Amino acid sequence: MSPTAIAINSFVGICLILSLFKDKEKTKAAVFIAWNALKRLAPSVLAVIAVIGLIVGFIPPKWIASSIGSESGIVGVVVAALLGSVLFIPAIIAFPLARSLLDLGAGVMAMAAFITTLTMIGFVFLPVEIKEMGKRFAFLRNGLSMAVAVIIAVIMGVVLG
Amino acid sequence: MKMSTRRSRGEKEKRANAASPGLPLRKRIKWDLAIMVFSATALFALSIIFQEKGEKAVNISWEFFKEMAFMLPAVLLLMGLFGVWVDRRMVVKYLGEGSGIGGLLLAILLGTLPTGPLYIAFPLAGMLLKKGARVANVMIFLSAWACIKLPLELMELRFLGWEFTVLRLGLTVALIIPMGLLAEAFYRRGPKAEARHAEAEL
Repeated sequence: MSPTAIAINSFVGICLILSLFKDKEKTKAAVFIAWNALKRLAPSVLAVIAVIGLIVGFIPPKWIASSIGSESGIVGVVVAALLGSVLFIPAIIAFPLARSLLDLGAGVMAMAAFITTLTMIGFVFLPVEIKEMGKRFAFLRNGLSMAVAVIIAVIMGVVLG
Repeated sequence: MKMSTRRSRGEKEKRANAASPGLPLRKRIKWDLAIMVFSATALFALSIIFQEKGEKAVNISWEFFKEMAFMLPAVLLLMGLFGVWVDRRMVVKYLGEGSGIGGLLLAILLGTLPTGPLYIAFPLAGMLLKKGARVANVMIFLSAWACIKLPLELMELRFLGWEFTVLRLGLTVALIIPMGLLAEAFYRRGPKAEARHAEAEL
């Protein structure tokens, strides 16, 4: 268990104890919500864990480096950004996925673009967004989000890459 | 939120479905399961055929499984705690107010509270827009809701490191404000918006 994981678990433990101290019923409800979320997320989490194994074990790192590696430049960013907007992966499991890709030689730029578009842009949700917010708002938000994601990615790539 | 009995859980599910049109809950769960079964089968089949590579693949999956087993319950518990202690109605109430720079920052802050998935935010945001909340505020609120969730940042911190996390969050906050203002400018310029204004003036 890493220090970060220990720190995070302790922090949540303290929050839980404080909450329990303040209101037992609410805390029970919180645990119930968390349990339901865990059940709902479990299949996707396990799927992504298996996919990470498949990628690390069977995809030649050369492919990853040349498609979304730091040498792939803006093309890699665009590929990652598009993948992020189309795929429907809960953000919670996108982080370990990004970690494994980074370890295999994916660029920081591409991974930053991937995570940002994954969370900000959802083609799956577009019909709902259009219905609730109107076409104009939905297209503006998704389009500008794409631009923002690319800007964030390029700056991160320059700073951390 | 009350602890629910079996019957009220059914009601809750109905309500959840009503809140997320176009996203049938059961269908999504089945897809998850299908992908899980497929990828797990592929992993094990390939690992048996290609022993050497397979061992590495299974080891990596096992490492990530252990990490997730430590992280996931903590993060989900934190989200649950936010869910019961932060009232979604409060979020909407505050977002309707304030249209200056304070309002913009408040929109970001409110958006980072983990009070539900994005498709729950759309009806809320839509309602605010109809009630006349500032377009930039709503846009910023939705963007923050989509890409910054406080408990999830613990996950990002663990797997991608503090440099990546801090930089990505800082840039996001710095960029969604101009993005919201730009979107507002474009939104107002539209022909439909002009028609609406003319209508309102009459």
